[in-house]
Amino acid sequence: MSLAVSAIGQGLLWAVLGVGLFLTFRILDFADMTVEGTFPLGAATAVAAIANGMNPLLATLLAFVIGALAGLITGLLYTKGHIPILLAGILVMTACYSVNLRIMGRANVSLLGKATLFKNHFLASLPQYFDSVVLGTLIMVIITTIVIYFLQTDLGQGFIATGDNQTMARSLGINTDNMKIMGLMVSNGLIAFGGALVAQNNGYADVNMGIGIIVIALASIIIGEVAFGDLTLNQRLVAVTLGSILYRFVLLLVLKLGFSANDLNLISAIILALCMMLPVFNNVLNFKHLVKRGLDTND
Amino acid sequence: MTKPLLELKDVVLKVNRNTPEEITILNKLNLTINAGDFITVLGSNGAGKSTLFNAIGGDLSIDSGQILLNGKDIAHESVEKRTRFLARVFQDPKLGTAPRMTVAENLLLAERRGQRRGLLPRGLNHHMAHYKELTVTMHNGLDDRLTTATGNLSGGQRQALSFLMATLKRPEILLLDEHTAALDPRTGQDLMHLTNERVSQDKLTCLMITHHMEDALTYGNRLIVLHHGKVTYDVAGADKQALTSEKLYSFFAEIE
Repeated sequence: MSLAVSAIGQGLLWAVLGVGLFLTFRILDFADMTVEGTFPLGAATAVAAIANGMNPLLATLLAFVIGALAGLITGLLYTKGHIPILLAGILVMTACYSVNLRIMGRANVSLLGKATLFKNHFLASLPQYFDSVVLGTLIMVIITTIVIYFLQTDLGQGFIATGDNQTMARSLGINTDNMKIMGLMVSNGLIAFGGALVAQNNGYADVNMGIGIIVIALASIIIGEVAFGDLTLNQRLVAVTLGSILYRFVLLLVLKLGFSANDLNLISAIILALCMMLPVFNNVLNFKHLVKRGLDTND
Repeated sequence: MTKPLLELKDVVLKVNRNTPEEITILNKLNLTINAGDFITVLGSNGAGKSTLFNAIGGDLSIDSGQILLNGKDIAHESVEKRTRFLARVFQDPKLGTAPRMTVAENLLLAERRGQRRGLLPRGLNHHMAHYKELTVTMHNGLDDRLTTATGNLSGGQRQALSFLMATLKRPEILLLDEHTAALDPRTGQDLMHLTNERVSQDKLTCLMITHHMEDALTYGNRLIVLHHGKVTYDVAGADKQALTSEKLYSFFAEIE
């Protein structure tokens, strides 16, 4: 039981990453590698700020701002510098590694004995693991609501159109460069925000905690889509959170099967690859089609 | 009394600048477009028709010369800025609409062409009745598909939608780049009739590239021919009405 609660709590906290990546991966339609750097960047920022006595909530919001700045740099390299988005993301991700070490001063900083978002009177009074469920739900409701509202504004529609058809967007006077920069900023801000949450939940920040983040975030998006099928844009955003929780249960299952935590990146990559290849499998193993063909030849 | 709306003066546009492959596409091109002109643009491949549109639209920057809108030089304004007065329909139906957005959402995007887009709710529901009325005039079933993603429409429906989007907010200049060429003859003709109707009704100033000599003769009050980056033929009014396809063919035979 407590394992299931823990999985739900973790899924909710990590869902922030899924929603952040959704903005670039699904709406702007490109893979942004910056997130592998901005996740630990957010963690490092929040932990360093808290260690220096900043209020945990302010520290978490600061992580958003710093993450958005990293996204701004990727955006400028991509739109104004004409560096391909994949490389622009990798450049900023690599640079973040050094920045993170600078911020933290060493590879791993603990929050032992320091205040965090999880250490308040109300959350501490809940049964074990329920603190992340409550806080995670609250945060996901707020973030999802804001993103859904934004996507229905005139600006949000211009943002969607940019990812959908750039030529058309430009011909209607939408500044597509600005839209991409804005998307990268908000996306990386959310990823860094998620990093700050996870670091406070774990009680430490580690410079290597960004490895495989894009796979985890993509997994929540893809699993949500595979599990819930045809949805509207707003429903798909909610499905990301549910996908993130489902993904945690899959990991739980894998650990139960006897794999160690060290295998998780391999397993995550395999799960994501399988989910992304589902449409291909459906085509190859189209039994309905095979049966129909078998009947037709009998005519 | 007509006045010049858009003037192109000695416009030179080169591609592959400063390389051995440098080609001059527009070569000191001069063209004066009056308000209310419906100009059909003819020319062989490579004559510079699409480049002319891209120069007016701002997709390609010109090397020298002036592009004046109501007397003001706009040659260095961005593509986005120029959309305040300019609307375009592309040849490829896929280029004019956002495939994952619905028909109504596309129309709403077009209604805000060239305007600042803010953080207020888009208010799509207020517009639905209006969009229904508009799409009914297309007579191609678009009105029943307002909430369908445009990626699921036929090419003809998509192109009709692109045209509707371009004219929804009245543009000062409308550029049609062979907008019926990718459609089957019947659908293409339907859209052509509709185009003519809308352009004359709303008194739009319009340039239309076409490879159909018949269309070029039938529609519009003025016809120009581009050749080697220059306007080599420019006929309007009664002179254009007197023009026949035989005369045009012999003219083309001469310049080739």
